[in-house]
Amino acid sequence: MNIFTEIKEGVLISFDALRANKLRAALTTLGIIIGIVTVTLMGTAIEGLNQAFLKSISAIGADVLFVQKHPWFSEEPWWKVRNRRDIMMSEGKALMRQLTLASAVALETYTRKPVRYEGVTAPAVTVVATTEQGAVVGGLNLTSGRFLSEAEVSGARPVCVIGADLADGFFPFETPLGKRVRIENIGYEIVGVLEKRGKFLSGESLDNQIFIPISRFATDFMYRPYVHIKIKVRDMAQMDEAREELRGVMRKVRRIAPGAPDDFAINEQAAFIRMFNRVAGTIASVGLFITGLSLFVGGIGIMNIMFVSVAERTREIGLRKALGAKRRTILIQFLIEAAAICLLGGLMGLGIAWPVSKVMTQFFPTTLSWTIVSIALGVSIVTGIVAGFFPAWRAARMNPVDALRNE
Amino acid sequence: MSLIRIKNISRIYQMGAETIYALRDVSLEIKRGEYVAIMGPSGSGKSTLMNLLGCLDTPSSGEFWLNENLVSDMDDNDLAEIRNKEIGFVFQSFNLLARASALRNVELPMVYAGVPSDERRELALQALAAVGLADRVHHNPNELSGGQRQRVAIARALVNQPSILLADEPTGNLDSKTGVEIMALFNELANKGNTIITVTHEETVARHARRMVRILDGLIASDEVLHGNGAGDVKLTQAL
Repeated sequence: MNIFTEIKEGVLISFDALRANKLRAALTTLGIIIGIVTVTLMGTAIEGLNQAFLKSISAIGADVLFVQKHPWFSEEPWWKVRNRRDIMMSEGKALMRQLTLASAVALETYTRKPVRYEGVTAPAVTVVATTEQGAVVGGLNLTSGRFLSEAEVSGARPVCVIGADLADGFFPFETPLGKRVRIENIGYEIVGVLEKRGKFLSGESLDNQIFIPISRFATDFMYRPYVHIKIKVRDMAQMDEAREELRGVMRKVRRIAPGAPDDFAINEQAAFIRMFNRVAGTIASVGLFITGLSLFVGGIGIMNIMFVSVAERTREIGLRKALGAKRRTILIQFLIEAAAICLLGGLMGLGIAWPVSKVMTQFFPTTLSWTIVSIALGVSIVTGIVAGFFPAWRAARMNPVDALRNE
Repeated sequence: MSLIRIKNISRIYQMGAETIYALRDVSLEIKRGEYVAIMGPSGSGKSTLMNLLGCLDTPSSGEFWLNENLVSDMDDNDLAEIRNKEIGFVFQSFNLLARASALRNVELPMVYAGVPSDERRELALQALAAVGLADRVHHNPNELSGGQRQRVAIARALVNQPSILLADEPTGNLDSKTGVEIMALFNELANKGNTIITVTHEETVARHARRMVRILDGLIASDEVLHGNGAGDVKLTQAL
């Protein structure tokens, strides 16, 4: 008898056996169902988080280097970093002139201010003070108008570009272009509107922003603001060279003695992703381990019930052996029975996990992908085979004489 | 050439510290087409001999040749194949699969022989018709009478065309009238040239055979040819 007919026969026999013991099969399956539901939901949540993160993080741009006072992730004590010099606009301007591997450089600083248009006030809008290349570096697209021009930045003109939410809120029925909004009573003329960008890491909206020339910001809100510098690298392949060039120029501008440590940080998206992956990886492995335990308990239930099944069908096993079933045939028969219970549990588990993940999406980013579905089914079959192996092996090794005599 | 050749076979069981000699140095030959009854009281070793003849067990020492195969040296899987091809079992308690139809029960040995399903069905239907159950093929065992169940078991035993039909107390669970019917069926099968071995402790059942081997205390006590076949039938009917 070849392996294919053995499997076919095994499937027929196991479904017969499951039909004969419906309640028992259902109860046993329950353990696997719960296991698969928890594991699937955990996987769904983890994958959802990852995707939400990557979507958000892409707002930073993979090819952008940030020169800032604080490193995003560092082992250095905070008080050392705190005592560093702030990064000034003059340093940014020097970088703009000297960098050769950068395609665009922008100086930026942020604050939060109320913004008003006629009777309507947006209480806490992120005011982004930037330079003319801010749109290129930040990957901003406009739905109408244009971004801040070089002349407006150097001339400190009171103009602005507003985010999509502000545009919708202030101007539901008319074009915002040419209108004047007020930031702390200072009027800014709108020259452009950004397209919708969504939220950053599920938190702050990127559409509740207003972009103004950094020179104007210095005039209106903060004399000599400290800034951070964003550099878009010309070629992703030259990321490392660009970072080194940036570091050299920055050290030269700051007149740092050879051998002395940098007193600034160069940040990039990759470091952010690395950090996130480390944290997310830990959460995922701990979470999957804990939820995996429930699957393990389900597996023990399967093993238990398979032992019972083998014991109460001892005579049948003896008969099958007498009629010519080999060890392998019996082994496969019981393995398939165990796998079938688990596969059933896996399918039901997915049937439950799917609507639950739909509900979860309301509060939390989730993604139930085909990968998770196939992994869940694979895991349930493997659980069945692993849990069923020992009982099936015991059945396969039975001595037909003793098995036939069993009452 | 003998179908079954047993040379100096012993079977020893270890029960704790005690050693039990179920069979001691038994030799026996059975030719193709014979109808042999193996008789003996319980504990005589006849069940052990039957297990060995059925290739369900292997001897502790000695040789067992079945159809030119040295069965006594085979491992578990080879024995399974031999049982499948060479031996048809009929048990006292029928041993049918309770949740399977008569047809499916009869198909089972062919499943293990790897017969394709169309052919399997065809042969199973023929086998059931041969034992007079053509109109019961889709019934489950619990819908059949004891005699019908044993007929299904006989159909199952014969469907792979084995060398031996090995019956263990085939009438033990049947009322005497049905028992007579089953024994008549055995007679008929023997007349068609099947090799039949029945193991029993009932003289009346053994009398149907054409040769009777008596076992006592693990030894062959007698081996006689029975003349006037059917005499058993007469006696049994008279006894009723």
